Amino acid sequence: MTPARPSSLLWSIADVRPVRLFLAALVLAVCGCAEDSSVLRPAGPIASANRMILLDALMIMLAIVVPTIIATLAFAWWFRAGNKRARYQPEFVYSGRIELVVWSIPVLVILFLGGLIWVGSHQLDPYRPLASRVRPLDVQVVSLDWRWLFIYPREGIATINQLVVPIGVPVHFSLTSATVMNAFFVPRLGSMIYTMNGMVTHLHLQADLPGVYHGQSAMFSGDGFPEMRFPVRAISPSDYAAWVRGARGGPGILDGTSYARLARPSVGSPQGIFGSVQPGLFDAVVRQHLSPAARPMPDRGGGGSTISPKLEAGHAR
Amino acid sequence: MLGKLDWSAVPVGEPIPLAAGTAVFIIMLGVLGWITRRGHWRYLWLEWITSVDHKRIGVMYCLLGLVMLLRGFSDAIMMRVQQALAINAPGFLPPEHYDQIFSAHGTIMIFFGSMPFVIGLMNFVVPLQLGVRDVAFPTLNSVSFWLTASGALLVNISLVVGEFARTGWLPYAPLSELAYSPGVGVDYYLWSIQISGVGTLMSGVNLVTTILKMRAKGMGYLRMPMFCWTALASNLLIVAAFPILTATLAMLTLDRYLGFHFFTNDAGGNPMMFMNLIWSWGHPEVYILILPAFGIFSEIFSTFSGKPLFGYRSMVAATLFICVVSFTVWLHHFFTMGAGADVNAAFGIATSVIAVGTGVKIYNWLFTIYGGRIRFDTPMLWALGFMVTFIVGGMSGVLLAVPPADFMLHNSMFLVAHFHNVIVGGVLFGAFAGMIYWFPKAFGFRLHEGWGKAAFWFSLAGVVTVFVPFYVLGLEGMTRRLQHIDVSEWTPWLYVSTMGVAIMLVGVFCQVAQLVVSILNREALRDETGDPWDGRSLEWSTASPPPTFNFAVPPDVTGQEAYWGVKQRAIKAERLSDEPDYEAIEIPRNTPTGFITAFFATTTGFALIWYIWWLVIVSLLGAYATFVVFAWRDVGETEISVEEVRCIDRARRAAREARLAQKEEA
Amino acid sequence: MTAPVAPRAEANMGDPYVLGRNVNAGGEEDRSEGGGASKSIVTLYGFWIFLLSDIVMFSGFFASYAVLVGATAGGPDGSSLFELTRIKLETGCLLLSSYTCGMSAIAATRRTLALTEIWLLVTGLLGAGFLGLELQEFAKLIAQGAGPQRSAFLSGFFALVGCHGVHVVAGLLWLGTMMAQIWVKGFRADVMRRLMCFSLFWHALDIIWVALITIVYLMGHAR
Repeated sequence: MTPARPSSLLWSIADVRPVRLFLAALVLAVCGCAEDSSVLRPAGPIASANRMILLDALMIMLAIVVPTIIATLAFAWWFRAGNKRARYQPEFVYSGRIELVVWSIPVLVILFLGGLIWVGSHQLDPYRPLASRVRPLDVQVVSLDWRWLFIYPREGIATINQLVVPIGVPVHFSLTSATVMNAFFVPRLGSMIYTMNGMVTHLHLQADLPGVYHGQSAMFSGDGFPEMRFPVRAISPSDYAAWVRGARGGPGILDGTSYARLARPSVGSPQGIFGSVQPGLFDAVVRQHLSPAARPMPDRGGGGSTISPKLEAGHAR
Repeated sequence: MLGKLDWSAVPVGEPIPLAAGTAVFIIMLGVLGWITRRGHWRYLWLEWITSVDHKRIGVMYCLLGLVMLLRGFSDAIMMRVQQALAINAPGFLPPEHYDQIFSAHGTIMIFFGSMPFVIGLMNFVVPLQLGVRDVAFPTLNSVSFWLTASGALLVNISLVVGEFARTGWLPYAPLSELAYSPGVGVDYYLWSIQISGVGTLMSGVNLVTTILKMRAKGMGYLRMPMFCWTALASNLLIVAAFPILTATLAMLTLDRYLGFHFFTNDAGGNPMMFMNLIWSWGHPEVYILILPAFGIFSEIFSTFSGKPLFGYRSMVAATLFICVVSFTVWLHHFFTMGAGADVNAAFGIATSVIAVGTGVKIYNWLFTIYGGRIRFDTPMLWALGFMVTFIVGGMSGVLLAVPPADFMLHNSMFLVAHFHNVIVGGVLFGAFAGMIYWFPKAFGFRLHEGWGKAAFWFSLAGVVTVFVPFYVLGLEGMTRRLQHIDVSEWTPWLYVSTMGVAIMLVGVFCQVAQLVVSILNREALRDETGDPWDGRSLEWSTASPPPTFNFAVPPDVTGQEAYWGVKQRAIKAERLSDEPDYEAIEIPRNTPTGFITAFFATTTGFALIWYIWWLVIVSLLGAYATFVVFAWRDVGETEISVEEVRCIDRARRAAREARLAQKEEA
Repeated sequence: MTAPVAPRAEANMGDPYVLGRNVNAGGEEDRSEGGGASKSIVTLYGFWIFLLSDIVMFSGFFASYAVLVGATAGGPDGSSLFELTRIKLETGCLLLSSYTCGMSAIAATRRTLALTEIWLLVTGLLGAGFLGLELQEFAKLIAQGAGPQRSAFLSGFFALVGCHGVHVVAGLLWLGTMMAQIWVKGFRADVMRRLMCFSLFWHALDIIWVALITIVYLMGHAR
């Protein structure tokens, strides 16, 4: 049930299992220590497929790179001026055979990689829904200054700086930004995608292993950028349903007014839950009917900021 | 009267910029004071500041680059220390400062460190290698340098008057728009880059014209040294790409100053367009930086192996291939913006394709070494260090070119490792190699080998220790530009990386020591012959330093390695060729036009940043007046008499004959 | 591995690649081996390279305009704003000024001071006329609420047309300076080189204008 896994002939050629396992083990030993955030410890099919492509590409490249580095050091050592055994060939300046090889090796590598790139880009396009018998969960994501807002439209709840998803269920994210570009990224679950104001991007991920994963923004968005972290809790579908039940109807209403408060630039927001959400709020953000306040940064010199009044919060267009 | 400027712009309450600013001020006062006490002002003004000689301008460019590299490196030290300290803690740099520091670090390193260094080397070497007396437009060359210096000055002023941009080295919209960056920071960035960008563009026009239209007789295209080919490709890229930067930053400026809507979130503005435009410049820019470095390595591998470059025509083809294809790959900088699978795949494949050109070059260098007699002088060490590090950096680049991999590694520390790997391991190693290689030519004495080798080894060790942990951190999910870190598992790698900075610092110290020790011991390191490395191209046929006119008689080139053939013939015949018929030589006059233009450019930029409109007008009028005064001069050249030319050249020939005699005895 | 030894490397010391050329054949020289070009050729060539870079900059604005042409933010679009009569007048001024500029170049090669100055003056007046019409257009648009702050489309329009206009202003400044230089210094070699560069610049502005009216005004009006 990993529909994003490419299955063409190219894969079977590159499917040298023992080498790939060794490589993965080596790289994992070095880099896999970060439990919650490592790109090399996938907890879902997208991350898993991305990692496989990464390691396969790495293997293809290493096959060229390692011999070249060794040759460089070997030639430099052997042909040192003090080495009487080395043959000095000052006329060796051209060889058709060598030229053929040095142009062909990179071309061949590119052919391999090109296939990997074409197939991989299509199979792992963030916009491509995951093949699954289970109905996808819809989550709407808004990046604010400087926190993440997650709206569960069907469940009618929303959270700040925390994401809860059921395992084994594909999640379809619709993302936008209230202000500047951000990037939604949960390394252990898979690909990232930008969030941009006035438009919607889409991402499909799935968590297959229960756990708590590190989520962050991967696009610098200002002074509060390091705060754009959020834990992603992947729990069993029954636990998830219980969590939704507990949250729904609770205190906290996400409507225009509370959104405006949320959207004011500030750093360090605690995690929170809204028990009810005004329908169509996400669309209102996308269509820029709900604009955030611009940043009144205390700058050095320059007096007051000259901000266009159009960007005051709450102005309907 | 003073626009937005008032005393609140000076950071009296902030210790770090205050301390840094004071330190720089004291150093500057010290240097100026020393010059005044020794009475060097007249010499400096007549021989350097107003010089239109490409050699002097080249040296000044390199000096500017070196100083700004130091400034950028100090920013880097602060960043690494902050990230090591700020794990589950606030660190010592609040976000508003940290954000300015990483923005300044990138801006300075690329625009005011690497670019001037590389352009300076091209300026110095290319006319000498082509066998000509100067570049096509010497006064324009001076203007270009001083405009670059003006941009550098503005960026540094932002440390003590106002603030710098907090957007990163490329001011992505809408973060850089007035709504989200209301201060003067982005304006400092915009005007300093625009001003120095004019200088760079002019330099590009200058060198393209020189290489295509002014070469010694007999030097056809396929007889040019490889460095001239890469300089040509790089400057063609400058001419074709920098106008895009100018246009894009102008659009952002219009947004910020006049309320236009190119990249705003509202009224139909398109921030995605900013990404496309800026990276359409940005990608060729990195090739502008690396191609001259490739050329330097071609010269060095060839000279220190005692062999001609392997596969010359193939290298030319690869260079031009890289030049053209570099315009077709820009989207790989934002695969994650959601362009769709077809577009992502196409650009991913194009990016891999460009690796073909680089791969060909690496193999040609490899086979240049093969069959050679290699001398491990410092420039060759840098070249070998480059081979090893750059291959790894290039590999990580090709990995990032695969969109699914990029979806996990975009904007992560893996990316930071990649581009530092190729820029430091490629551009900087090349610049240092070139500096040491051509230093004897420029100044008549070598650089101290011991300190040079120490600088190399510590720098190499430092680079590895700093940036390999970055690859690991990227694979562990760490994103870039974090002012503080909340994932403890990343700690060990952050510590290793910060220790690496200490190693690099030792390397930097050794580089400075190398310069200081060499200058103090210059008599012991003197190079009498002008050809300390047994070179193969025309610059080694001149005296060290070359006279203003470079060549007493324009060379007549009859072979591919213009100087090597001449040298071998002389060695075989055991005598130099006959003394040529000397003639008087006309050289362009020195002029303060460049310096004064840059002065007005600085005041214009400063006035625009702080909204001091009357000063803008006065400065623009001043700049215009400078042009007119220059255009009005009646005498553009001075003549060097036949006797003087004969005298200078006979000294050179005597030194060569002495060396020839030495070689016979040996 | 044994490498093929370049056949005439010994005899052709200095030409180890032997790139198919007889060193002392005494026959035709490769065009690229003729040595440096004359100063006037070098100057004009360099200026051409600069003009090409300027065209790249314009293409940045053109590309931006093309992307933003539909982003009218609910405001007016090209078809409701552009006055074709005005465009025809502006184009006439500019094309005619190119003609007069050419005439001044002919007079300059003939070293006739009075005619050169007169043709240059007419060129300048026509250029000023063009600018006047354009400024009037801008003022009108701004007065009716269609200024560059209204929408991204209008930002793109004002920036592109304005960039061309700024170049015309710079050209007029240059023109005035050239007229003064010729008057004072006559047709000296360096003054002539600058005049030729100016002509190139002025004609290039004309070419940009033709592209501009096609893409902006004619295509915009047809929407």
